[in-house]
Amino acid sequence: MRAARTTLRICCLTLCCLATPFTLAQGLPAQQKGADASRLDYRLVPRQIATDLWVIEGAVDDFSRSNGCNIINTGFIATAQGTLVVNTGPSRLYGEQQRAAIRRQTGQPVQQVINLNLHPDYFLGNQAWQDVPVQALAGTMAGQRAEGKAYEDNLFRLCGDWMKGTEHRPATQAVTPGMRDFGGHRIELLRLSGHTADDLVLIDHERSVLFAGGLVFADRVPTTPHANLAHWLESLDQLEQLVRKLGIRTLVPSHGPVVRGLEGIAQTRDWLQWLQATLRDSAEQGLDLGEVIRLPVPDRFAQWAAQPAEFVRSVHHLYPAYERQALRGPAVTAR
Amino acid sequence: MKQVEDPGTKPAPGSLSRRRGLQQGIGALLGCLAPGLWSLPAIAQAEADHSGGDPLESMQWPLLRRRFIGSEPMRFNPAVEVKGPPMADDAMNVPLIVDARGLLRQGLEIDRIVIVADRNPVQHVATFMPRQARPMLALRFRLEQASPVRALVRTVDGQWHVGHSWINAAGGGCTVPGASRSDGSWSRTLNQVQARLFPNLLEGRGARLRLQVMHPMDTGLVAGIPAFHLEELELRDSAQQPWLRIELHEPVSENPLLTFEFEQRPPGPLMLLGRDNNGNRIEQEVR
Repeated sequence: MRAARTTLRICCLTLCCLATPFTLAQGLPAQQKGADASRLDYRLVPRQIATDLWVIEGAVDDFSRSNGCNIINTGFIATAQGTLVVNTGPSRLYGEQQRAAIRRQTGQPVQQVINLNLHPDYFLGNQAWQDVPVQALAGTMAGQRAEGKAYEDNLFRLCGDWMKGTEHRPATQAVTPGMRDFGGHRIELLRLSGHTADDLVLIDHERSVLFAGGLVFADRVPTTPHANLAHWLESLDQLEQLVRKLGIRTLVPSHGPVVRGLEGIAQTRDWLQWLQATLRDSAEQGLDLGEVIRLPVPDRFAQWAAQPAEFVRSVHHLYPAYERQALRGPAVTAR
Repeated sequence: MKQVEDPGTKPAPGSLSRRRGLQQGIGALLGCLAPGLWSLPAIAQAEADHSGGDPLESMQWPLLRRRFIGSEPMRFNPAVEVKGPPMADDAMNVPLIVDARGLLRQGLEIDRIVIVADRNPVQHVATFMPRQARPMLALRFRLEQASPVRALVRTVDGQWHVGHSWINAAGGGCTVPGASRSDGSWSRTLNQVQARLFPNLLEGRGARLRLQVMHPMDTGLVAGIPAFHLEELELRDSAQQPWLRIELHEPVSENPLLTFEFEQRPPGPLMLLGRDNNGNRIEQEVR
């Protein structure tokens, strides 16, 4: 099962249409240039979003050679006692260039690296951080071990030279959720689920900044290779309550512009609810998967990045369970 | 892997590829300038086209044609629709819709629909004999690499009508064990049938039958796992009249989920009969 599942998920996770998706938010913040494929230079430019706190934003797009598979938002918290890095990008090269960019920005040594979930762009850069403890939830570490090789193969196929020399290095320390002190910052780690079985959320209570991991997408179609929609929607409700309770000022989504992060909660919820209803209704009407992938997507989602490729992928991941339920009655619960 | 700009688009009947069009254009030009050199373009074209006139320029087409159509007359016909995904996101479950109702509108009667994938290690996916069903179906199949996928439709007058489309894929679908083979669960569910009749919403009349037969559908291309697949299914009404028949081959996805349509809801109860290549039988009432 493992091998087949893995192959299947990999196919589903990262295959992309070669067509460039239309998007309002295409590209990067104004001051940041996109990747330079001729020099294999991601041109990573950290952007400060709070005191001691930076993000490095990926392209708001699907994986492609032109962006070097860099579509992830990573970040770091630099304190007088050292630096904490959140996510390490899609390749060895990204990890190395991320490390250089952080060194240029802060004089402090990096003491800790955290991977927020098991997907490839959260951890394939770990190779550049092998002298630093790399932390993740235990379930994430198991997933990284099981799927890492297939992720390498798939991103090589999609992004070619950018991936040269990339070998997956799973996180080395299982992390326990809870509150901790990091250089005078109260850092809270929270375990939620739904995007994957183990979604880590990092909150800097000092700066009112929340790294939402894969649970929140902004202006970009959410990905679903390991998704459980019901759990994901519950997690979004929890995140919304937290944002209100803690007065979160900046929410860093996994994909999409950070300035749109807080809107991303409502966007992600809206998409997941529409997807869930569409899949359920289609199965009850007796539609085949091949018909569902051709259904029109409402205007409010049509301009998001990775549309329609990501919708088509999600139908492949999720629809078969809804079909089985429609054929068998309510005994089986679709995810 | 062959790349095309728009894999979902079927060429118009008789349309030429750019390359062949160019060669013919040059040939015509030469013919005008030097009437004595008539043989030149013919030679150039014969050398260039190894695909037997296939609009998708597939080198496998001439052999496929010989194997499945033989010497009977054949033409490419856009009335036969073959719809796959633009990209096979999951190479083990590629959704395919074949619709030959366009031929009915041309006053033709359908004998059978043969579905093939040019570049699969096993090319033959299925053969569908619609009988009293509409000449359309949806199924999922395994794709080993990007390939033309075709519906070869034989009408009862002995003429073949071919529709096709390109499906891009990362591939590998035929040579990886399915989930139920990998976890061993196939033996607990073998040949169980789930089926449901739906009112046909799209046209407001008729009925749609969706059915799933649990079967590992092993292709025989995974080391140590011999080919083990459903071979045929037939749907009969209470008067033993056949409503449709389908032969399934190795590339059909694990736990085949098939969709058929009828002009009228068949009088129930219906029986689904069938067998796999190990002789296991299927006999299941469908309500």
